[in-house]
Amino acid sequence: MSVLKKVALTGAVSVVAVGAALWFASAPQRLNAATLAALGPGDVANGEQVFFASGCASCHAASGASGEERLALGGGMKFETGFGTFVAPNISQHPTDGIGNWSVADLANAMMRGVSPEGEHYYPAFPYASYARMKPQDVADLHAFMQTLPAVEGKAETVAIPFPFNQRRGIGLWKAAFLDEAPVAVLDNPSEQLQRGQYLVESMGHCAECHTPRNAFGALDTSQWMAGAAAMETGGRPIPNITASDDGIGDWTEGDIAELLSSGFTPEYDSVGGTMAAVVRNISELDAADREAMAAYLKAIPAHPNGY
Amino acid sequence: MKFFAFAAAALVVAVTSAAADPIADRKADMKERGGLMRVLGPTAQGKTEFDAATILDALEKLNARAQAAMDVEKFYPAGSETGDTKAGPKIWSEREAFQDATNKFAEATAAALAAAPQDLESFRAAFGPVGAGCGTCHEAFRL
Ligand code: HEC
Ligand code: HEC
Ligand code: HEC
Repeated sequence: MSVLKKVALTGAVSVVAVGAALWFASAPQRLNAATLAALGPGDVANGEQVFFASGCASCHAASGASGEERLALGGGMKFETGFGTFVAPNISQHPTDGIGNWSVADLANAMMRGVSPEGEHYYPAFPYASYARMKPQDVADLHAFMQTLPAVEGKAETVAIPFPFNQRRGIGLWKAAFLDEAPVAVLDNPSEQLQRGQYLVESMGHCAECHTPRNAFGALDTSQWMAGAAAMETGGRPIPNITASDDGIGDWTEGDIAELLSSGFTPEYDSVGGTMAAVVRNISELDAADREAMAAYLKAIPAHPNGY
Repeated sequence: MKFFAFAAAALVVAVTSAAADPIADRKADMKERGGLMRVLGPTAQGKTEFDAATILDALEKLNARAQAAMDVEKFYPAGSETGDTKAGPKIWSEREAFQDATNKFAEATAAALAAAPQDLESFRAAFGPVGAGCGTCHEAFRL
């Protein structure tokens, strides 16, 4: 065998080997079935709090929805990003157009692993990289609450994503690199309140999905946690830095932050708009103690200059 | 005589620059609203004592601004979409909806003023839709 042929052959073999390894690494990973089977029955009242804390309505209800309208989860909202346009699907209780037939395990695998009941990967525009940190029992409670919501007819239109991002299998590699259940901020001997704040902000509230800059792969840059980020839509305003630095909200008190999360007013009595308005509508449904816990967390994490 | 000529010229400059800079005008108007909210907001939040005269005065001023702002052409004319502004593109592409939002806000301030609240409870009830109105419009029409 000529040297050239040998090189070509080893080349081909290693391409196949790498290809196989990638195919294996990109396989959808579900949650442990035994953990899911061991969950207690869903608590509707807590599920409602989980629903508002995690902001499902911001994406799956009609744009600008408030009050009861937020419970009609027909989907259809579009997210235009550098990777293409994502569409939020119908997640109402409709048995065929929505997810009315889904089990707790189906919902938990979608929210915490980004895997559909058919075993396909979801795009991380669905913020499962944050929800991955949720307690499975909270997902079971959310499932019970969602079963009390109306069925909405009609499928949302499908996703317009250009190649290569339309290859869902590739998302598996993204997940292998970036899907991590561990908490992000390292807090020194945190109080119960801080732990609650961390859970609300980092997992259910998915605040970082907007307020933290992303790397070239579209994953959150945890070294600039909450430091603010370029706008997601083209031409939009940057999303503000919410760390306790001079660029951020260093001069806000915990009370100021809790007030913003309840009424939308900043300490200057400007009223937040844009995508934050829907966040405030949801977070204002929680107990005041939860908003105070989120405020305490934001004051406790490292301060950064602007991340954009 | 010279003085009058000078004064007239200054007046012309003042008038034209006011008319020529709708972006600065509307931002100044919004800043004033922020200032009035600094009076109304803390009272509604229970951080400062309720005082009927102070509240009525602030509601009057806010309502005057809201009524004046219904002249959308004046504050948001064509050509003022770009520059040092956070005004959203929908103000021009969905003009009717923006006019509607502006009118609704003016209705809310007029109703709050007409209620002439005499205690904290009635003030909070009257103020609710006004406070929410700022955020609703910013959500749809500000970048
Ligand atoms: C930031 C926007 C956003 C938020 C917030 C959000 N989702 Fe989604 N969700 C999406 C997008 C986009 C998709 C589609 C992903 C895809 O096509 O791969 C999706 C997909 C889903 C699916 C899959 C539906 C199907 O038919 O396969 C479920 C279930 C779901 N979301 C539930 C939820 C729940 C429950 C919440 C709240 C805890 C939530 N989502 C919050 C954007 C969001
Ligand atoms: C969907 C994107 C999105 C999510 C999710 C989000 N935010 Fe925001 N946030 C924004 C935008 C955009 C603004 C700026 C709004 C404006 O100025 O009108 C903002 C503003 C803020 C501000 C005010 C900062 C300032 O300097 O004025 C705070 C505080 C804040 N967000 C906290 C949070 C917290 C806490 C969460 C999680 C519960 C959160 N945000 C989730 C988009 C988001
Ligand atoms: C009908 C729509 C609308 C309503 C109602 C409204 N705003 Fe605004 N606001 C805007 C727009 C549009 C801008 C951006 C103007 C620009 O940058 O050209 C803005 C900007 C602002 C700013 C920033 C000004 C600056 O210096 O850049 C403040 C502060 C503000 N608004 C406060 C308020 C308050 C407080 C209220 C309620 C009392 C309110 N607004 C009600 C549309 C509205």
